[in-house]
Amino acid sequence: MKLPIYMDNHSTTPCDPRVVDAMLPYFTEKFGNSASRNHSFGWEAEEGVDQARKHIANLINADAKEIVFTSGATESDNLALKGVVEMYKEKGDHVITTSTEHRAVIDAAKSLEKKGVKVTYLPVDKAGRVDPDDVRNAITDKTILISIMLANNEIGTIHPIAEIGKIAKEKGVLFHCDATQGVGKIPVDVQQLGVDLMAFTAHKIYGPKGIGALYVRRKAPRVRLAPMIDGGGHERGMRSGTLPVPLVVGFGKAVELCAQEMPEESVRTMALRDRLQDGIMGALEEVYLNGHETERLPGNLNISFAYVEGEALLMGVKEIALSSGSACTSATLEPSYVLRALGVGSDLAHSSIRFGVGRFTTPEEVEYTIDRMIKAVNHLREMSPLYEMAKEGIDLKTVQWAVH
Amino acid sequence: MAYSEKVIDHYNNPRNMGSFKKDEEGVGTGIVGAPECGDVMKLQIKVEEDTIVDAKFKTFGCGSAIASSSLATEWLKGKTVDEAGQIKNTEIVQELNLPPVKIHCSVLAEDAIKAALNDYKKKADTEGETEEAATPA
Repeated sequence: MKLPIYMDNHSTTPCDPRVVDAMLPYFTEKFGNSASRNHSFGWEAEEGVDQARKHIANLINADAKEIVFTSGATESDNLALKGVVEMYKEKGDHVITTSTEHRAVIDAAKSLEKKGVKVTYLPVDKAGRVDPDDVRNAITDKTILISIMLANNEIGTIHPIAEIGKIAKEKGVLFHCDATQGVGKIPVDVQQLGVDLMAFTAHKIYGPKGIGALYVRRKAPRVRLAPMIDGGGHERGMRSGTLPVPLVVGFGKAVELCAQEMPEESVRTMALRDRLQDGIMGALEEVYLNGHETERLPGNLNISFAYVEGEALLMGVKEIALSSGSACTSATLEPSYVLRALGVGSDLAHSSIRFGVGRFTTPEEVEYTIDRMIKAVNHLREMSPLYEMAKEGIDLKTVQWAVH
Repeated sequence: MAYSEKVIDHYNNPRNMGSFKKDEEGVGTGIVGAPECGDVMKLQIKVEEDTIVDAKFKTFGCGSAIASSSLATEWLKGKTVDEAGQIKNTEIVQELNLPPVKIHCSVLAEDAIKAALNDYKKKADTEGETEEAATPA
């Protein structure tokens, strides 16, 4: 087993070597511009793009013409929200989303609010799921878009997207789904889910960074988008710019591999994740699972360790790549807004660690991680005045803390 | 975040980690911070004839918070009560090479020192009556 161990697969994933192999010829021999229509260099590149587009469309049960390539999921989310709002502004000015979306959606929504758009941020339950009835009740005659993620990037909770899709269709409101964490990991079918737009990206599924896609429905209804980037009219005019052919080809290969290997891979990652969960939670007291027990991404595990602070814990296991909901690890110096939205107290949000098991995680790495986590938590608890007070029987909630 | 070697050393080998009995003679206890802010420090001093003969800490917080309080206990030992009151957070920042986002950890350590000294003085005045910086309501 090699150190350090990568256990942060929600953040990004390594490129699968088979993806890199597929990409390489497109840097040197097949370097053409896929928009060049009058020579073989262009045709060759276009063929690579077409094939990738087909693989991607197949994975989500869409038509190849419905795939718009972007620089990544952040751009896809921005294009979906801003493009729909701009295009349908005559029809209404209200957008519905949730309080636990990725920042790409929340911040795009906030930017729209500054321009006078009304945004409803729906709450989620303790497990992180939005109630479809809340979505239904939030819809007004001014609502033009619902944007709800498939699976949350911190806690892995999977939303009831198909139910919300039915409501959106019934009410005639467009439905965008940020499926960045779900595509390639769990089955995704845009018809069955009833989504009209869907964002996802290559680097979360063992493809290259810098390439993503937005699914844009062409039939029933035909979704129109105001572009954010103008130019040569690529991607049906919705996203101009020469396609990064090697990245597109890599994205296609990554998707092809996911489609082939998902049944086996999801079972394997879930078994490793379950072992990680049982190994840690079985050995330590006062550890809490964040998110949904079952409606959760197969590789996701998010746990709060009472009485220890997340960043200190990461420091104690620094040969394992993980992430924390602690304020100290965020740019904003606020603890995770996702965990806060679940009703997790700030103290436990500061104590949270996210584990992301992936394609290349081994059983040895999982065992090593369990062992190191237990030791680090015990080391820090021994050092923790809160643990000491709790052991003395003091209820920490009744203590008058000097909040600073 | 890349930590300085000194922070890592204090984290791995905390100095004077532990607790005194709060009602023990000559012991002053300072508890500062709040769990919802992500850091709580407990710093204790043991004073004999106006000199701090021992100090202990326990900290819930990031590596810099742990290191700041661990370092504080090292510095407190051997100082008089008045000298201890002169320790400044900037000295801790300098010694541990704390980056700007971690300066609050050193501030908290200075607050903890002051709280422990105050508790000691209060106890000395009222002769053994215990009072804690943070008391259950």
